[in-house]
Amino acid sequence: MPNMTPDKTKMPEQKPTVRNKNFLEVALGYSKQDAMNEAQRCLNCKNRPCVSGCPVNVQIPDFIARVAEGDFEGAYEIIKQTNALPAVCGRVCPQESQCEKYCVRGIKGESVGIGRLERFVADYHMANAKDVQKKVVENGKKVAVVGSGPASLTCAGDLRKKGYDVTVFEAFHTAGGVLMYGIPQFRLPKEIVQYEIKSLTDMGVKIELNSVIGRLFTLDDLKKQGFDAVFIGTGAGLPNFMNIEGEQLNGVYSANEFLTRINLMKAYKFPEYDTPVFVGESVAVVGGGNVAMDAARCAKRLGAKNVYIVYRRSREEMPARAEEVHHAEEEGIKFYLLNNPTRIIGDENGWVRSMECVKMELGEPDASGRRRPQTVKGSEFELEVDTVVIAIGQSPNPLIKDTTSGLETNARGCIVAQDETGATSIENVYAGGDAVTGAATVILAMGAGKKAAAAIDKKLSE
Amino acid sequence: MFTIASKRVLNEQTTQMEIEAPLIAEKALPGQFIIFRIDEKGERVPLTIADTNVEKGTATIIFQAVGKSTACLAAMNEGDALLDFVGPLGTPTHLDGFKRVAVLGGGLGTAIAYPQAKYLHTHGCEVHSIVGFRNKELIILEDEVRAVSDQVFVMTDDGSNGNQGFVTAALEEQIKKGVEYDMVIAIGPLPMMRAVCNLTKPYAIKTIISMNSIMIDGTGMCGGCRLIVDGKVKFACVDGPDFDGHLVDFDAAMKRNAMYRNFEAKSLENHKCRLEGMNNA
Repeated sequence: MPNMTPDKTKMPEQKPTVRNKNFLEVALGYSKQDAMNEAQRCLNCKNRPCVSGCPVNVQIPDFIARVAEGDFEGAYEIIKQTNALPAVCGRVCPQESQCEKYCVRGIKGESVGIGRLERFVADYHMANAKDVQKKVVENGKKVAVVGSGPASLTCAGDLRKKGYDVTVFEAFHTAGGVLMYGIPQFRLPKEIVQYEIKSLTDMGVKIELNSVIGRLFTLDDLKKQGFDAVFIGTGAGLPNFMNIEGEQLNGVYSANEFLTRINLMKAYKFPEYDTPVFVGESVAVVGGGNVAMDAARCAKRLGAKNVYIVYRRSREEMPARAEEVHHAEEEGIKFYLLNNPTRIIGDENGWVRSMECVKMELGEPDASGRRRPQTVKGSEFELEVDTVVIAIGQSPNPLIKDTTSGLETNARGCIVAQDETGATSIENVYAGGDAVTGAATVILAMGAGKKAAAAIDKKLSE
Repeated sequence: MFTIASKRVLNEQTTQMEIEAPLIAEKALPGQFIIFRIDEKGERVPLTIADTNVEKGTATIIFQAVGKSTACLAAMNEGDALLDFVGPLGTPTHLDGFKRVAVLGGGLGTAIAYPQAKYLHTHGCEVHSIVGFRNKELIILEDEVRAVSDQVFVMTDDGSNGNQGFVTAALEEQIKKGVEYDMVIAIGPLPMMRAVCNLTKPYAIKTIISMNSIMIDGTGMCGGCRLIVDGKVKFACVDGPDFDGHLVDFDAAMKRNAMYRNFEAKSLENHKCRLEGMNNA
């Protein structure tokens, strides 16, 4: 008999007033009992609408049925068949716009907590079970994977399972891409990312760190080294600036720099770790996406008294997940919605003193379907801040494009790749994830990595 | 791990090391840099590649112990290893097709200017090297520079080597004598590079400088190394580190380089090198 409670089983969390002073994980995870109760809310529908909402095709009702029975390892095996990074996805996927969006239970009440269950299963496995490596039958073909974020890791894992000799090239000193440098510890503990990566290296995926493709090796070099195909999953790492006065001032960060200092370089543990980050008394984070929420919540945890989100549209248009906005609010982040920065004002030593903003109102819908924000004339005001973090998006890094002749890119610098296969303008070179789409989500990148792996396998098996 | 193949103390502040990094040695061109990280808790520090040796598979770095990381590096010895050493990063200097170039190095900048002089010299360009130091004890790489230059001027601020004056004075004298340069390369502290640019601008001599900005990744990702060149935002790590010195906003660059001064002092004060601690244990 299914559990007909209309609401999801509550996720235990650290209290807002406690967690906004530490970098420990906010959500604490389900207990076994929580998980089994929640799993029993699944109706095991025949037409499985949830699965169609999952970019990597996790067999959701099947794994949930195992959880309901208390067979957590069985559930893990089902997830792992199609998802290389379950502990990551269970934490950072926007389930509300994917699997859970289509859940029948969501029609009257809340959908099944699919993400929470996925997380529980992955965490249970990490704590209790050992990975048993299935022996890979080598097929003698070599594939290079450039970058080590979610698209690349998924592509690498899928190809390795099929017997390819896979080498991942990572520019940084640690693999994981945005999972390591971008998403903060309190949302995605780095130990978990490294655990998932280790399960790939245990399977035989090789990872070459400190290897900047485009500089150390070009794509042509990789071909000469005997790689039969290349997958480019280099993400969207180039920070966008607003091009307003004052962006050169000290105290102005791109969200990339701010978050990389904190997450990858562990500046929140300075001076135990050597990399510093400057967080003043009042911090303005410009932007309304998940990256902006992450930056604001980091600033709060690093001791800023006032942290403001400054966003030019209204709450409805914010691209951040509702859950992240809610968490940020609980932690004391203040929202300046319908406000746009016009310039950053500095002191005599070149440090930020304040940010001038102008009020906005919403007009007619624009190309994105969202109502276009327009300035309210004469409404300028000064927001007193000493730190500004610019989180208005990232573009793909041009390093590979600039060093590879014949690789087609679009006006935004994104690599042009076929939707279904990831094939680029160069034979046997594939691409996927943010490098192709511009900044998007972890799970969409994983979906692209998966499709490309299938296409590479098909091509090289011809 | 990247092993220190050799270590040479050039003066009490300055150390030269050859690091085993065969792939980088093979690829590196003048003007490019590496980023090193000593250990798990270390920061990523950029240093220009001073030389390479393809046979030995080494890249040479020359640095001053100014902050915690460089102080720790200076305390390491032959046979020790760095956790991370990534490169070659940055756009190589465009050095082909010149007839006569003045290469100016200010202090440690001499180490960064040397590979450019060497490249120009071996590609048939006449090289006039003008290098400057605070005093004669701090002079580095004099023999190396002489070996790749047609003329050499070694200047000291205090005149302790018998040749008192800034590098700009020597360059100005050359220009006034009627020596024609297709290009000037000036590498050193920001005030020195600015002074050179102010000197060469009226003569319209193309002047290339090298920016030593604060950065993390070195691949265009953080934007921390941004500077204004000709009114536009550029990233030193990918667009540079070389730029047309006549177009660089030096004032803004100088302020940005001071951003972490307090943190740097704290880091240096509070911590003995972890490595030193290990060695003493």
